[in-house]
Amino acid sequence: MKLIYKAPDSFAKKQTTYCPGCPHGVAHRIVAELLEELDLVKKAVIVWPVGCSVFGYDFIDTDATVAAHGRACAMATGIKRAHPESFVLTYQGDGDLASIGMTETVHAAARGELITTIFINNGNFGMTGGQMAPTTLVGQVTTTSPYGRKPEVNGFPIHVSEMLATLDGPAYIARASLDSPQHINQAKNFIRKAFKAQILGLGYSLVELVSTCPTNWKMTPVEALERVRREVLPVFPIGEFRVVKGVE
Amino acid sequence: MGERLLMKGAEALAEAAIRAGAQIFFGYPITPQNESPEYFSRRMPEVGRTYVQAESEVAAINMVYGAASTGTRVITTSSSPGISLMQEGFSYIGNSNVPCVIVNVMRGGPGLGNIAPAQADYFQATKGGGHGDYHSIVLAPHTLQEECDLMYDAFELAEKYRIMVVMLSDGLLGQMMEPVEFKDWVDVSKLKTPDWAIVGKGDRPRNLVSSFDLSPEGLEKMNLDLQEKYKKIQENEVRYELYKMDDAEYVLTGFGTVARIMKTTVNMLREKGIKAGLIRPITVWPFPYKVFEDFADKAKFFLDVEMNEGQMLEDVKLGVNGKKPVQFYGRFGGIVPTAEEIYKAFKLHMGGC
Repeated sequence: MKLIYKAPDSFAKKQTTYCPGCPHGVAHRIVAELLEELDLVKKAVIVWPVGCSVFGYDFIDTDATVAAHGRACAMATGIKRAHPESFVLTYQGDGDLASIGMTETVHAAARGELITTIFINNGNFGMTGGQMAPTTLVGQVTTTSPYGRKPEVNGFPIHVSEMLATLDGPAYIARASLDSPQHINQAKNFIRKAFKAQILGLGYSLVELVSTCPTNWKMTPVEALERVRREVLPVFPIGEFRVVKGVE
Repeated sequence: MGERLLMKGAEALAEAAIRAGAQIFFGYPITPQNESPEYFSRRMPEVGRTYVQAESEVAAINMVYGAASTGTRVITTSSSPGISLMQEGFSYIGNSNVPCVIVNVMRGGPGLGNIAPAQADYFQATKGGGHGDYHSIVLAPHTLQEECDLMYDAFELAEKYRIMVVMLSDGLLGQMMEPVEFKDWVDVSKLKTPDWAIVGKGDRPRNLVSSFDLSPEGLEKMNLDLQEKYKKIQENEVRYELYKMDDAEYVLTGFGTVARIMKTTVNMLREKGIKAGLIRPITVWPFPYKVFEDFADKAKFFLDVEMNEGQMLEDVKLGVNGKKPVQFYGRFGGIVPTAEEIYKAFKLHMGGC
């Protein structure tokens, strides 16, 4: 019998610690698959975040570190500049990347650092109990926007991919969604291009992954995926926002 | 020893760091140490090394943290308000056991303060500063020559103990000019990537550089390991200078810039037939408690002088341990006391004893 599909060797041989229905496992698996397909496992250094995926190093078997909240892109800059042969990834949530770490993210992108960011956008601070994030939708109820996010009080959601795509430093910026097999395949294609941008030395790359947080959204996993299609994707549309020559 | 050059302090320390093997610099401009990043920005590419201007001190220290995690000789320089911003990173570096060198060219504070020399970051440097129980080795040079010499030791100590080493300088040492003679260049091609570094696992099991353990038992173990390391450093790395202490009845003490001025005061007192001497801590962490304890039996009193409100004073008192009076004289806000001023302070306290 021909083997056509198997778990990547660098991926956990144990259960992940995420809530039922959480897409972190899917995102991790895509990353692990691509590291193997592109022969990067031995060169990879992953900067894991403060947040739900703080234990990511337990699930993908590469050299790794855990940055302070929001500082992943700065730490990754240090690693890559000190050791350019390494393949350097940051894996960050929306609180980490778009709130406390926005400065580090924007400037790493503007410098065209040869690092790649996997950006999980689930519209709230997951690990700390579902507080409002910069990506929380208008009207969305969170533990710190109990009356729903109101623009006059909390401002508007930040469109990270669109914003970073205005800079000259990034080589590849895209947003994908993890709500369906078709979209997951697309996400993998986008992340492959982001990895390629780093391998070819073309500049900074980021793939935003629209995700769910069934626990903090207080929904079943299926309801959470339906909410993504109904409410989130109209605000955060999927697609490629910046593709420099050589990446495509 | 190599070349002897007349150089400005902030530039001399940068040149010394490069010769001592600094492979990469991250930093952010702040007065009175801008000449250091400016010098690094020109010189690092010249010698085939890396300079990056960060977007903030917060980013700079996290870049240092990243580079340090790869086992690369990395340095940043800043001044008091910038150092405050870096404290988060210092705490993470402390518990991650990665080596790096940090220069603090202290200026007047608190807050924005001013850009004149001060020594008010002693507590911050020696007692932690960031959160949690951690320490850094803190070196306090009093001349540019000493600062340049200590730069070599700073990198070696950092690597030996996998710890952050702070060069506690100040605006006076940063801005003054003085002849310095540089030691030989460290051959960076011979520096090896340590076995704990995160550079890609290759064919070995993966490495992890981390400052956290969510289990209380695990985190207590990390803390106990840190304390064990600090104990070794306290036992082995205490440094100080004794100036005219052989027959001293009166002990003056201070660190860095002030101690340099106090040598003149000691000479003035000696000319008057007063048997004064100076204990100058070179490592302010680990602090040389023992030498103060030893002289507490012989001396009549101690006079501690600092450009702050008496921060090292607490350590001096711990060393003297109540055996003799410990007096204090301090100036604030960027005022550097003169040798005559310290002489007067000494005479005042002498009258009271």
